[in-house]
Amino acid sequence: MNLKPEPLAFELSSPGRVGVALPKSDVPAAPMPKALLRDELKLPELDELTVVRHFTRLSQKNYSIDTEFYPLGSCTMKYNPKANEAAAALPGWKGSHPLASDRCNQGSIELIWKLQESLKSIGGFEAVSLQPAAGAHGELAGVFMIRAYHLSRGDARRVKMLIPDSAHGTNPASCTMAGLTTVTIPSDADGGVDMAALKAACDDTVAGIMITNPSTLGLFERNIEAIARIVHEAGGLVYGDGANMNALTGVLRPADVGIDVMHFNLHKTFSTPHGGGGPGVGMVGAGKALAAFLPGPIAARKGEAYAMEVPARTIGRMKAFYGNFGVLVRAYTYIRMLGAEGLRRVAESAVLNANYLKARLEKAYPVKYPRRCMHEFVAMGNFADGVHTLDIAKRMIDYGFHPPTIYFPLIVPEALMIEPTETESKETLDGFVEVMLKIAEEARTSPELLREAPHATPVGRLDEVAAARCPVLCYRG
Amino acid sequence: MPFIPNTGADREAMLAAVGARSVEELFSDIPADKRFPKLGLPEGLSELEALREIEAMASKNEVASKSAWFLGAGAYNHFIPAAVPALASRGEFLSAYTPYQPEVSQGTLQAIFEYQSMAAELFGVDTVNASHYDGATALAEAVIMALNHGGSGRPRIMLPAALHPEYKDVARTYLAAFPVEIEEYAGEPAAAGADARTACVVAAYPDFEGRVRDLSAAAEAAHAAGALFIVSADPIMLGLLKSPGSMGADIVTAEGQSLGNAMNYGGPFLGMMGATQKFVRKMPGRIVGQAADHDGRRGFVLTLSAREQHIRREKAVSNICSNQGLAMLQATVYLEALGKGGLKAVAELCWNKAHYAAGLVAKIPGFAVADGEFFKEFVVKTPVPAASIVEKLERRGVMPGLALSRYYPDRTHELLVCVTEMNTREQIELLARSLEEASV
Repeated sequence: MNLKPEPLAFELSSPGRVGVALPKSDVPAAPMPKALLRDELKLPELDELTVVRHFTRLSQKNYSIDTEFYPLGSCTMKYNPKANEAAAALPGWKGSHPLASDRCNQGSIELIWKLQESLKSIGGFEAVSLQPAAGAHGELAGVFMIRAYHLSRGDARRVKMLIPDSAHGTNPASCTMAGLTTVTIPSDADGGVDMAALKAACDDTVAGIMITNPSTLGLFERNIEAIARIVHEAGGLVYGDGANMNALTGVLRPADVGIDVMHFNLHKTFSTPHGGGGPGVGMVGAGKALAAFLPGPIAARKGEAYAMEVPARTIGRMKAFYGNFGVLVRAYTYIRMLGAEGLRRVAESAVLNANYLKARLEKAYPVKYPRRCMHEFVAMGNFADGVHTLDIAKRMIDYGFHPPTIYFPLIVPEALMIEPTETESKETLDGFVEVMLKIAEEARTSPELLREAPHATPVGRLDEVAAARCPVLCYRG
Repeated sequence: MPFIPNTGADREAMLAAVGARSVEELFSDIPADKRFPKLGLPEGLSELEALREIEAMASKNEVASKSAWFLGAGAYNHFIPAAVPALASRGEFLSAYTPYQPEVSQGTLQAIFEYQSMAAELFGVDTVNASHYDGATALAEAVIMALNHGGSGRPRIMLPAALHPEYKDVARTYLAAFPVEIEEYAGEPAAAGADARTACVVAAYPDFEGRVRDLSAAAEAAHAAGALFIVSADPIMLGLLKSPGSMGADIVTAEGQSLGNAMNYGGPFLGMMGATQKFVRKMPGRIVGQAADHDGRRGFVLTLSAREQHIRREKAVSNICSNQGLAMLQATVYLEALGKGGLKAVAELCWNKAHYAAGLVAKIPGFAVADGEFFKEFVVKTPVPAASIVEKLERRGVMPGLALSRYYPDRTHELLVCVTEMNTREQIELLARSLEEASV
């Protein structure tokens, strides 16, 4: 890690420096409207080497999968194969334009079609759309589809969406954007959906349920088929949040247990890089009832050729053009290299790695729901006086590990949500266990080491409260 | 397997620690009759075989670098300096998550802060967020911001008729469940007709047909009616022309693909959104702020997160979580590499070359170019259906533009031509000759 302070680009700027030489104009100058010209443009002025060093040094201030173990629960920080990048960088993709004719884009549409077919097989869906750009975007599309389905049947009363209390915050936020009211369903003593509460909430105003399976507790929802049946009997539909699909590839097709519409995060399960925040792809897959409502266009095969087409009763476009195509290339490359057998191995190894970590850590770090876990598990960091999960997380940084997801799900106090993924070796996991046990010991013997952590980072803990009270959001030279 | 390191022996040891006899046993919670289905996918390939197959697919596309390319309409062929992909593709940026742990994410956080600073300068606003999915969704979310701000007494949304048709579609999708009235106005945004029931007036700068106009009067008219004024802009053009903020925009959105991101069949692109100080706490998306640690060292953190879904759940201002971080990083490197002089120079090249092209095309018998100021794009009236011109020329290495009939079935004889710094004088002259030939 690069510990030296890196100036802002503005602070490196020197008048007259140029980072890119552009061609001289080979056409006559055309008059410009004086009144519309801007007076000044305060951008930095840097030579190319300064730009290169600046961003290289900045990159060295990040933890990343390529440099550290990154067991961030619910985010599936698996290794992103370099072949994905090589495939996505091909000039045939880079220079293709979304509004050129389908004839000019046969390669792109073929890839989209093949990826659609693969994901249909993996999920058991009737059809999928690759347009949504992120998991939350796919959720929003799915909720729009559920709403459109009920309205198409003349049923305008269905305004309630049931959401378990362990769900990601995007679920209720997506419902609000789709004009639906969220009804929270509590979890039972086993970490599953409370079936009595579910039954009580099911009436003729229910639009559906949004269910994450495995849940954010890392547990498979054993009553999934019964839940789907109850919601269907009440006239509602079942939305599957596929954030945790990495536990299920080749193990279970979600459509087989009653999921009507679902998103997959291709940037989690299908190994496309997170890019420090995005881009992702929130593929939406649908069964028979909802396939016609998918956002689009989506790819279709016409004999030997391919075309982009709009589903018959589409909810419309979720974004301009056809989705984050570069991410689609990466996901397709990954699926093509793994095949069905490889995908099953992914889920098996992800689940074995998580259960192994849980088995080795649960004595030191209590687990609220001590069932067998899937691809991740949620431990608690409140076992030593005066030490919190945040302190444990920050101390992990000192030992060269990215912290897990903390304080989520909200129903577990002092949560530490740990997801190792299948791409980590037993040696890495053992090294992590050793450090975690050492930290647990330190929490009792020298808690200040945890409370003052991290020690060896470019900055220590930052005052986030002050930053939000008087926000400085731009450079003010 | 290259991406799954653990061997049979490792698995045995781990299973023993877990107390399970087999890996299958770990899945006993899953309904037995549904477990381990046959997926019917083709067998996995080696890296060599997979890349060979994918390269064969990619080579079926017709790409801008092999043609004289004049098609834009929302996805633009601009130069990308080599430093941009070289730096943005570093594994430390590429394979990091959203910077939730600031001490080990200062690289990403500082890059976002620099992006916010430069984009705010371009837009002429106080704050820019860390990105949306694309220009269309950024605009849709800006409209939702205006609706939330205006309250239930202001359900009217005024969109320009000459807004990118796919942006209109996205706004309609996003607003499907809101009790709103989406109206379109033609011509001057100052005469859009905002009233006491209007939440916002949207203007495009330039509009879908390339037209550029001063928006100061439009901002005044919107504000006089108590409505917000939203501008959807071209960020390359803002290197040369007045910022929307300086003309009175409350919220500015843009498609940032032009800033160092390839056309890539339409994605990943970069949704940009900024606003004046008054609206900072109403803005969706991630925002990075400056902070200090206990020793007073400067650092950067995600801030104002009380707006967001992971804190506020159903009361959040938006559901957005993952964004277009890497596209934003490409834009950041691009803007710093080009700097103040470089961005202006790109905009001037676009201006001069587009005007040179418009002048040549206007002289072709039977062709006419629309009046008024324009940037980078202009509409050409064609003597024969524009779609037939495109079809003829795209097979001859000239992509002449977008036949407007794609979006407007009755506008059969109009072609939207885009000229950027990528087009040489020879290409522009070839375009003019080709249009003439294709029209007889």
